[in-house]
Amino acid sequence: MILVWLIIVLFIGGLLAGLAERWSGIAPRWIALAALTIDACLVIVLILDAESLAVSATSSSWITDLKWAWIPRFGITFHLAVDGLSLLLVALTVFLGFMAVSCSWTEIKQGNGFFHFNLLWTLSGVLGVFLALDLFLFFFFWEVMIIPMYFLISIWGHENRAYAAMKFFLFTQVSGLLMLLAIVALVFVHYQSSGVFTFDYFDLLDAALDSTVAFWLMLGFFIPFAVKLPAVPFHTWLPDAHTQASTGGSVILAGVLLKTGAYGLIRFVVPLFPEAAHAFTPVAMTLGVVSILYGAKLAFAQSDMKRLIAYTSVSHMGFILLGVFAWNAIALQGAVMTMLAHGISAAALFMIAGGLQERMHTRDMGRMGGLWDDVPRMAAIALFFSIAALGMPGLGNFIGEVLVLLGAFQVDRAMTVVAALGLIVAPIYSLIVIQKAFHGSPSEHDTIRDFGAREMTAMGFMVVATVWMGLYPQAMMALSEPGIREQGSGIRKEESKQEIHTFGSPIPDSRYLSRGAVIRGQETGIKTSGSSIPIPGPRSPIPESRTDKP
Amino acid sequence: MSVLDLLALLPIIVIAAAAVVVMLAIALRRDYRLSAALAVIGVVLTIAALPVSFGMAPTQATPLLVIDHFALFFMGLLLATGLAVILLCYGYFSEREGQNEELYLLLLTAMLGAVVLVASSHFATFFLGLETLSVSLFALIAYPFKNKMSLEAGLKYLTLSGVSSAFLLFGIALIYGEVGTLFFQQIGALLRNSGGGDLAVLIGIIMIVGAMGFKLSLVPFHLWTSDVYQGAPAPISALIATVSKGAVFAVLLRYFIVSHANDFEALFTVISAIALLSILAGNLLALLQNNVKRMLAYSSIAHMGYLLVAFVALNRIGSQLTVETVSFYLVAYIITTLGAFGMVTVLSSAETEADALEDYRGLFWRRPWLAGCFTAMLLSLAGIPLTVGFIGKFYIFVAGVDGGLWLLLLVLIIGSGIGLYYYLRIVFQMMKEPARQEDQTGGAIPWPGGVALSVLTVLLLWFGVFPGVFMELIQGMAAP
Repeated sequence: MILVWLIIVLFIGGLLAGLAERWSGIAPRWIALAALTIDACLVIVLILDAESLAVSATSSSWITDLKWAWIPRFGITFHLAVDGLSLLLVALTVFLGFMAVSCSWTEIKQGNGFFHFNLLWTLSGVLGVFLALDLFLFFFFWEVMIIPMYFLISIWGHENRAYAAMKFFLFTQVSGLLMLLAIVALVFVHYQSSGVFTFDYFDLLDAALDSTVAFWLMLGFFIPFAVKLPAVPFHTWLPDAHTQASTGGSVILAGVLLKTGAYGLIRFVVPLFPEAAHAFTPVAMTLGVVSILYGAKLAFAQSDMKRLIAYTSVSHMGFILLGVFAWNAIALQGAVMTMLAHGISAAALFMIAGGLQERMHTRDMGRMGGLWDDVPRMAAIALFFSIAALGMPGLGNFIGEVLVLLGAFQVDRAMTVVAALGLIVAPIYSLIVIQKAFHGSPSEHDTIRDFGAREMTAMGFMVVATVWMGLYPQAMMALSEPGIREQGSGIRKEESKQEIHTFGSPIPDSRYLSRGAVIRGQETGIKTSGSSIPIPGPRSPIPESRTDKP
Repeated sequence: MSVLDLLALLPIIVIAAAAVVVMLAIALRRDYRLSAALAVIGVVLTIAALPVSFGMAPTQATPLLVIDHFALFFMGLLLATGLAVILLCYGYFSEREGQNEELYLLLLTAMLGAVVLVASSHFATFFLGLETLSVSLFALIAYPFKNKMSLEAGLKYLTLSGVSSAFLLFGIALIYGEVGTLFFQQIGALLRNSGGGDLAVLIGIIMIVGAMGFKLSLVPFHLWTSDVYQGAPAPISALIATVSKGAVFAVLLRYFIVSHANDFEALFTVISAIALLSILAGNLLALLQNNVKRMLAYSSIAHMGYLLVAFVALNRIGSQLTVETVSFYLVAYIITTLGAFGMVTVLSSAETEADALEDYRGLFWRRPWLAGCFTAMLLSLAGIPLTVGFIGKFYIFVAGVDGGLWLLLLVLIIGSGIGLYYYLRIVFQMMKEPARQEDQTGGAIPWPGGVALSVLTVLLLWFGVFPGVFMELIQGMAAP
């Protein structure tokens, strides 16, 4: 039930916020905060559940699971479940929800109620995407989340918002229909072999697919996720959408919506079509590497601050693509860490850019300069997140990217070496922001206000989260590990067949990455695998006692 | 003809009687409200008569009409649609000058035609129903005869409809010449026995498809659509787009299934081509429009194209799934199209039709509820989840995948992408800042129209989120 409440609370909160505007201009903000607080409590309950589950060391990676009949005609169920991986992303979503409300506090002046309505509904849809385990339901949420996002961009965006919003919607929707086609085709293939008409994730995992069919279906899933991620060449919607959206919209877009693409790759593309996805590895890895470098180059070339940050997202998402298609648990963990760390750092950078725009009415870095003296707090925080984004050891992003490279290195050395260049160019584009905006000769501008208490509190949370992820990533990795291990069963199958690593010893034990790992592993009873291959486990049924019944 | 037959035909009798009553009432006393009320009562009574027939279905009532679940389902659907159109008309015409009482008489005869059409099992009733419907429509389109645009639209529809009727009759004659009967059932049996039809029958069916293509405004028979939709009064455009198309599609489907027309492979090539062209041309032409009614006209062409995808799949997936798909999609299409035209209707004032894109500017900030409903309608037309349009599109996907129609499905995806663009254009207009501050046309919207729109919006969301119950209903009802 708790999973339904996660979604419903935001859904109802959105409705109330929309209606509340009539009697008070400020009420929608507080309602949004209240709804998010309730959700945060639910997430904490779930995390505690996950911990106790880890202690009891049951074989299932699913923390809780809920299945209601929905459309029996087509075997469609309302099936939600959460494992460590989705739980982390849910937590990220709720966390960034707070940030989005906080950074819109003074920026949104018109249509306050409708803004928060859309914001909460977007988040509600995103939570649905992370929780749905019925393919129809997943698609349902996948599409539902883009409508309110469209309004967020098209109403509260900047000068070119109509174009950006339309492009965003068209890219996601058309690619989404490809996915719907692939989903329905997958269901029919499964139906023909088993005689059961079902959209359930677990049932479809067993679908016997012909390799050609599997390839096309895999492509039908891969393209929408690559659009959302986004990977070159499907990235062109992103710079426009991010640049034109209001700050709150950019935070949600960069922090959360992009992660749904990555999540889809991990949750659906790889487990549903292991062979086809494996055959696709060279292409996917190339796309990842090209995204890393091309995104970085374009980022460097921008003079618009939000556009620059948008292109760095393309670059960072390239690491995720690389990590997912490296076919080992280390790289996959790296991809998950990158998702979390990038979610926070990109959101923070957008908040800074949005703050500057609110104060100076420009995003053009050519018109900034020498701001450090005027807004020291803002500048220091911008420096912190720039450094986080460039992959400084000790901060979250570093862990993710290094793990990805470490995992990918075993699979394709040449590709990884090229990808590692991304770590070299990252400082260039990250620091150019600081140099252009905050250093140099002071620009002509009115006096501008530094970050106040509200903004500093929000930023403080994000700084702490980034440092925490950098210093003690094991906390997240332990949570996502069972889920990743489960995805690994498909990987294992592939590896044994293909004999991928012909060189080198197995990669180092994760204890070299974090001393906490060993202790943690002993404490919780999670076996941290010493080999690159995760412990294969047949997909385990959900324990009866934890299953909510309608 | 027995008494039982009469009982089975009760809905048709009641609606015909209602038309007569309205006519007599006008003759006795001209009263706009009275004739509207009588029309509403007539339609409600007809709907109430459906359960009587339902108890006896399926039955062949007279050689001409068959009362089965399929017919009753579509009767219910079309009558409910007609009721919504009457409600929309009430507010729209009450402000306008002229004698508007006969409007309701014509609406009832149009519905009579539609009801006969969906129950027809014989070419005679097929043709009679179609003509009753069409003749009522000519008059309805040109009803505000002082308006040049309406008159032109009426004339256009009259001429082209005449041509299409001629095609239909020629097609029927060719088939009759070959098999010697006008019964759908017997035609099917004879064709099966003779081991597939010959060229004359095929040409006959293609002519019928062409004639129906005109009524359904499929490419290349679509040229009248945008002008007629634009010229006709908004609620009448809704009637053409929903009742007329729904009835024609239902009878076409029945004819194809009962007379085994799907044995002709060549026919499906023709229909595939029509579907493909309709989807592409409808969507592309809609892109160019700045008039909401014209845009909706082209979008309805595209939607009929989507619907044909399920139709093409008929001989591969069997009649059960096809009928289900077509029924559900038609319901979805009717709800949303009625809603969209209803929105144009309630926003129009006595002087002007609110059909320019510019009229919708800032609607969201002026009338949030109305704009919210319109947005839901447009998103449903675009097939976005939470709305019934999405479930309809999902059905088409299921039928298309089951039939292996990959090319058509790809075209459908492209078409939907294009469609999204022009639907969102309207949504974006509504979100813009209002152009003038004093731009508060009208004030309150007429209550019958408001009720109709609210019910439609609720249905749109209800069937979009919980389609299960309704699907079961269709599954049970919709098998000819």
